[in-house]
Amino acid sequence: MKIEELNRESELLYSGHNACPGCGAALAVRYLTRALGPNLALVLTASCWSIIAGMPPLTALKCPILHCPFPSAGSVGSGLKRGLNAKGLHDTTVVVLAGDGGTFDIGLQALSGAAQRNEDYIFVCYDNEAYMNTGMQTSSATPYGARTNTAPYPLFKEGQKKDIMQIMAAHSIPYAATATIAYPEDMEKKLKKAKEIRGFRFIHILSPCPPGWGTESADTIHLSRLAVTTGFFPLYEIENGSTWNLTQYVDEKIAPLSDYLGQQRRFNQMDAIRIKALQEEVDREWEALMKRVNAERRENIF
Amino acid sequence: MPFEMISGSQAAAIAVQRAGVDLVAAYPITPQTAIVETLANFAAEGILGGEFVSLESEYAALACCNGASAAGSRVFTATSSHGLAYMHEMIHWCSGARFPIVMVNVNRTIGAPWCLDPDQGDSLSQRDTGWMQIYCSGAQEVFDTVLQAFALSEELLLPCMVIFDGFYISHTYEAVDIPEKEVVSRFIGPPEFQAQVKPGFPGNLHGLSTGEMQLKLVKMRHADMLRAPTLFTDINKRFHEVFGRSYNFIEAVIPPAAKTVILAAGAVSETVRWALPELKDTGLIELRMFRPFPTEQICSLLEAHDVEKVVVIDRNCSVGVGGILAQELRAAVYGMNRPPAVYDLILAGGVDLTVRMLENMLESGLSETRVGHKWGDDMQ
Repeated sequence: MKIEELNRESELLYSGHNACPGCGAALAVRYLTRALGPNLALVLTASCWSIIAGMPPLTALKCPILHCPFPSAGSVGSGLKRGLNAKGLHDTTVVVLAGDGGTFDIGLQALSGAAQRNEDYIFVCYDNEAYMNTGMQTSSATPYGARTNTAPYPLFKEGQKKDIMQIMAAHSIPYAATATIAYPEDMEKKLKKAKEIRGFRFIHILSPCPPGWGTESADTIHLSRLAVTTGFFPLYEIENGSTWNLTQYVDEKIAPLSDYLGQQRRFNQMDAIRIKALQEEVDREWEALMKRVNAERRENIF
Repeated sequence: MPFEMISGSQAAAIAVQRAGVDLVAAYPITPQTAIVETLANFAAEGILGGEFVSLESEYAALACCNGASAAGSRVFTATSSHGLAYMHEMIHWCSGARFPIVMVNVNRTIGAPWCLDPDQGDSLSQRDTGWMQIYCSGAQEVFDTVLQAFALSEELLLPCMVIFDGFYISHTYEAVDIPEKEVVSRFIGPPEFQAQVKPGFPGNLHGLSTGEMQLKLVKMRHADMLRAPTLFTDINKRFHEVFGRSYNFIEAVIPPAAKTVILAAGAVSETVRWALPELKDTGLIELRMFRPFPTEQICSLLEAHDVEKVVVIDRNCSVGVGGILAQELRAAVYGMNRPPAVYDLILAGGVDLTVRMLENMLESGLSETRVGHKWGDDMQ
């Protein structure tokens, strides 16, 4: 994408929103609304974005936002899309936006129900790997080894991060993809592809959180890229639950995981043994992903 | 107009079809299931007129209604007991968001232990959620009230629960006058309330507010709900013009000499009505509308008849206090010059009311004190 192709008219997120400096979720929503707008209706469940969107009647977004209770996003999205259809508004893209809590944990039942019914909307999870709006409590998206306010030192998050993409693949939905803000063209391409598909679509966006992760706000993009180059958060898409396409270079996984962990205070109590355990897990996951992705497309990029 | 032998559940479902809905959100639970099954059959026959969607929980069903209502669609769902309790968060949200959703709740006891009998505690324990609540005592009333609820709800932009007893009404077959859709459309047309979500227009709907904003919104919601009795009278008048039947938010039968009145809601009020001739100088107030509570109307009725004692039939119990309807009535009559004594017959677990029980209650259940309650099993 060329910088001159970006114009203010296509932006749906305005300045003056309530995100923290360096917030990955603000950038994620900026990219996604730009890619999917302007005929867009957003269902927003309890998450950082409940605050970022602003206090009504003010709003940071140029599209309708329907806030809803924490576990309900997947079902409210189903209702809104069907309700708009009933009013003849078939062309509006309905997007459900949820954090990792509203996706992996409390929202999982509604998400699974909507995916199974193949509801015609896009579910976007911006994953900052903990309950960040309430101040960094463990979610099932929190990586192994991280310290949270419900797993304070010397405790740490035990058990691996839930593999939400495999769960979505098991629902055989038309489209699912991972994305992160260091790769905006990749994210936009996936969102635009998702927009053209009918049925249930799921986008999993890794969104660094400076206060939660214990990072500098200027490092958000850098961390987002490191998550990919360490293989911690590979970029891929899944069509119909069965066709897996890698959307990054295979040899882009070059950095040791410690590069990524070492820059985040949430991991700074991790000893060498735990770092090694997590590195091995990441390598295992990567190998498993390589077996799943389409062999011809392994070298594919953009 | 054709009469058919149908159950209360079928009456509710047919009324929904006749009113015309954009979306029915369904999840099964005994004793409500027959309602959504009947609506599913309409969908299968292609005569539902809207979408039928099976969700993964009652909570999801109401959440789905929420989303569709935000788009300006007319929606319906039905539940019972644990299903209603599971919806609790969404029930509050629908009212705060001013979605005119109509939901049927078929009364059933909430566990533990499991129990299917029609304790009214499931719906009464939702009394503070900002929904209107109307109780029905027969299948015809169910049919008619569902139609009226859509009209009332969409006018006030407040959700409305239509409530009736499990089995005694939901599964009992009665002769019901079922008008054709064309006739019903003379009473209620397609939904006309405004959509909240308008694609192309920014709107931060139901996002973070301050306590001060909430206070103003609650005040407006309260004032709007208090309009319900007056508005219901108008709706009822229109209803009568089309169908030749009418209901009020309270239905009273008070003989001139009666100094004691029985207050009941739902199926038990029909038992009382049937038993009245045998109960000397006793009247009946059937409470149809529980929210908003028709305080003014009940008090002026009690005053006009100089009622000394009210016996409340409570098919529920707020453990630690007593029957919920009795508590509500005591609060309502507190402002009267000569408030009647309020006694309470508690039939928690939804046990059946017998005439014998009523007689015993009137003979020996009204203690010296002005406030008391008796348990159904002690009055048998």
